Amino acid sequence: MTRTRWLDSSNHRTPLDPPLLGLPRTGNRTVKLKQTGPWIEHSGPDADVVVSSRARLARNLSGLPFVNQATDSEKREVLQLVQTLPLAGDRSEALLWIDLQQSTPEDRRLLFERHLVSRQFLESASPRAVAIADDEQLSVMVNEEDHLRMQVLLPGLELEEAWRRVVEFDRRLEKNADIAVHPRWGYLTACPTNVGTAIRFSVMLHLPGLRLTNELERLRRASNDLDLAVRGFYGEGSDSSGDFYQVSNQLTLGVSETDLLATFVGEIVPRIVAYERMARDILVERNATLLEDRVHRALGTLRSARLLAIEESMKHLSRVRLGIALGLLTDIPLGTVQRLFLQVQPAHLRRVQPDSTDDTALEPVTEDRLLDDERTRRRRADLVRSALSG
Amino acid sequence: MNTKCDHCDKPAEVHEIDAIKGVHVHLCREHAVEAGFQVPQGAPVTDLLTQFATMQAPTQSPKRAEKPTACGTCGSAFARFRKTGLLGCPDCYEAFAKQLDGVIARSQNGASNHTGRVPDRSSAIIDLQALRRSLIEELDRAVASEQYEKAASLRDRIHTLASDTAE
Repeated sequence: MTRTRWLDSSNHRTPLDPPLLGLPRTGNRTVKLKQTGPWIEHSGPDADVVVSSRARLARNLSGLPFVNQATDSEKREVLQLVQTLPLAGDRSEALLWIDLQQSTPEDRRLLFERHLVSRQFLESASPRAVAIADDEQLSVMVNEEDHLRMQVLLPGLELEEAWRRVVEFDRRLEKNADIAVHPRWGYLTACPTNVGTAIRFSVMLHLPGLRLTNELERLRRASNDLDLAVRGFYGEGSDSSGDFYQVSNQLTLGVSETDLLATFVGEIVPRIVAYERMARDILVERNATLLEDRVHRALGTLRSARLLAIEESMKHLSRVRLGIALGLLTDIPLGTVQRLFLQVQPAHLRRVQPDSTDDTALEPVTEDRLLDDERTRRRRADLVRSALSG
Repeated sequence: MNTKCDHCDKPAEVHEIDAIKGVHVHLCREHAVEAGFQVPQGAPVTDLLTQFATMQAPTQSPKRAEKPTACGTCGSAFARFRKTGLLGCPDCYEAFAKQLDGVIARSQNGASNHTGRVPDRSSAIIDLQALRRSLIEELDRAVASEQYEKAASLRDRIHTLASDTAE
């Protein structure tokens, strides 16, 4: 059981953590998410580079138009159908159902920041919902580009376990619903470039070494040759905020899931991890003082700043994370920094009550506008300072 | 600019570049028509103006006319796919099979056959929810008509079904 590699989140409760977040009421149950996704408070064997692993499947119900061609009532039909299917597993997979049309922009943004929904899903206005397992590791977007996009997101390099769990879920789905498949092209998707296995394996990697040694372009070219996509912290169209890069497969036809998985786990990820570690070694060899200076300056800024913009905080947190990985900083747990990467995001920031002189509520996030005014930056600085103070 | 066609040795005349996905497509006239591209009929550049002027006229090549322009199930046009990159429904794959052959192979490194998982019972999907509902209805009727033996057996079947679906 891979669970042993988890840090017990109760060890990490600080006054910064309100126990639960409130999300809109659905049915007779108040939807609540924990302060941070459990996958982020992780430290495993490859935690210095690999942040998380994800396996995602796209599925469509046969006999219904794809989401882009469906009317609102057909989309609602899909929602109702999926909601009534017995998809919950016997484990901690009681599914929370969140109707995005009925949720606030801030809650939607929160789900996005937590990697539970995509940007496209966040911005859409049509009937759509997300089902989330209690442990937040499994989630299903209903009516994104495809009727169902189900993902299992785990900490560290655990693609096999992510794959095993998402298939388990897929089997329950197939037992209860007629899924669109083609004898030659496999699972059918709204975009024909995703047919076949319709699977996306991805790993979130922290690559400050390759960034500082200017080796990222080479990584991108190599990835392109291997038919891999390299994206930012928040997927398609996002930048590499905090030096996080998401690497995923592009090919879905002609390669079985297990072959693809073997390539990912056995070749691709270890090679990138080794490449990043080599870059870090080079940085240490070339100029250890310069590197230490960068790390400690970043920590100094985070510990003293009174105003922190989102990009600035991500940049400095990345250097602090690098410092921890290299053993330059020993008094800060990796989990604290991991959590901060999430907590400094606009919607998350509005859910924490920092030890601040300004304790009135911040203006709520409206739609997708990134609110980063002075009060927000002050609140962020207060939060970071208090989390990192010795 | 002497790029060869992706599918044969003829010089490519139609070029499509998707900068985001990094896909480059180069096709000769015949393969371009086959892939569903609108190709002007006259080759010399001087003919282009004439072509432009007559483009509205319904003079499609006979080869193109054989292919369906819209899906019989959802009514989605292939032109719409060219614009959005999305198909309208699962049946679009059959309706536009010829055009999609090239599109899919190009985006998948030439692969055209699925390898991997398929639904466990794709040919005989049992809608367990519907089955359960009808069994419950039958049970209600059996109880109402005092057929207790039948009701007991129905109740057992519903229980078995519930544990099946929960696995």
